[in-house]
Amino acid sequence: VTDIPITLVVNGEERSARVEPRRSLADLLRSDLLLTGTHVGCEHGVCGACTVLVDGEPVRACLMLGVQAQGHEVTTIEGLAADPVGQAVQEAMREAHAFQCGFCTPGFLTAITALLRESGPRLTRTEIREQISGNLCRCSGYEPIVDAVEAVAAKLDGVAA
Amino acid sequence: VKPAPFRYVAPSSVDELTRIVAEREDIADTAILAGGQSLMPLMALRYAQPTCLVDINGLAGELGRIGGDGDGLRVGALVRQRAAERDPGVAERVPLLAEALPSVAKPAVRTRGTVGGSLCYADAAAEIPLVAVALDAVMTAAGPRGDRAIPAREFFVGAYENALEVDEFLSGVTFRALPEGSGSSFLEISPRHADRAIIGVAAVVSGERGRVTDVRLALAGVAPTPVRATRAERTLGGQAPDPDAIAAAAQVAADDIDPDSDLPASADYRRHAAAVLVRRALQTAIGRAGGIA
Repeated sequence: VTDIPITLVVNGEERSARVEPRRSLADLLRSDLLLTGTHVGCEHGVCGACTVLVDGEPVRACLMLGVQAQGHEVTTIEGLAADPVGQAVQEAMREAHAFQCGFCTPGFLTAITALLRESGPRLTRTEIREQISGNLCRCSGYEPIVDAVEAVAAKLDGVAA
Repeated sequence: VKPAPFRYVAPSSVDELTRIVAEREDIADTAILAGGQSLMPLMALRYAQPTCLVDINGLAGELGRIGGDGDGLRVGALVRQRAAERDPGVAERVPLLAEALPSVAKPAVRTRGTVGGSLCYADAAAEIPLVAVALDAVMTAAGPRGDRAIPAREFFVGAYENALEVDEFLSGVTFRALPEGSGSSFLEISPRHADRAIIGVAAVVSGERGRVTDVRLALAGVAPTPVRATRAERTLGGQAPDPDAIAAAAQVAADDIDPDSDLPASADYRRHAAAVLVRRALQTAIGRAGGIA
């Protein structure tokens, strides 16, 4: 089995790599591109820790092959630091004490950023729960995470208005 | 949990895909990769170890379209579940599918997961196969002998087993539009929202002048494939949809299934839940069917 050369855009920057087909997008990001902010938990699509944005949509990076990222645009937690919505989400998570160990946090932040970009600020707690239902957190009990999303949604609403 | 090594092939046209699939000898050994949301976990856990993976994700132009097809809606095999649930044509012409899609999986899984992949995977508890059986959808199997239409009820032949030949692939599914004045409803019980269902029910009802003219009832998670409750359909057909007639039909549907017990639920629970869900789904579908009230 030979490695396959690919080119993709990660956090706004064009990157190239040679990838063995069986390696996941999460492997590519962490081991080849050294973006270790994307965490790998279960590696079979259950925990959501590895959630990244592919062409703006939340995706499990463990269930997509690295070679499949050819020609696509990937945003990781590192890329959210430069994104106004991503920044606002990070700040709201901090203020709401929405994490303890932080292992699941990158996955939550990417999923929540995608939600806020798509749905706009008017969100019910049910909608928030639906969007983060694919992300497991063993520390927080989820309530502060939902609080954080509500807070950031209200804040973005203020900016929009 | 890393997949075993495999050869990666990404055909650049449906013609090329047709040639590759025509030459394969074993579907488990030369596997088609669509959304990968079921296949990749199986490979990560090494339940599946294909030596060749045929990635069709580059064929969205040919296999990823939603469009009108006579009096129905054709959904390409590679249409993402998330795209289907946002599609106004699906919401308008196949509302049962639109209602069921959010229960298929979590949002980030639906981003990649495809309509055709879920149909081919043929999980008996899955929502899209249930909807296909309830609506008498027609699958298009493509292969070296050309296209072949397979009715949904013949497509699901066993647990995780579909009717495609080894040299065929699914290119799309056609849902016929319901007659004017019809209503539909989807309900399921699962341990957590968008987890694998313990039991799912789809009801489609048409009627006129206060009577039910056509009923279609399908259940998921109660047999090796999604099943139609044909005796219950006949029980309600031609009747006025009063609560007694609805409850009687629901009881018939529950009596006719022989579900298994497993970790999430016992057979008795599934039978009880079947009667309750069928009754509620019928009530909702009838309420939505303008022709009956």
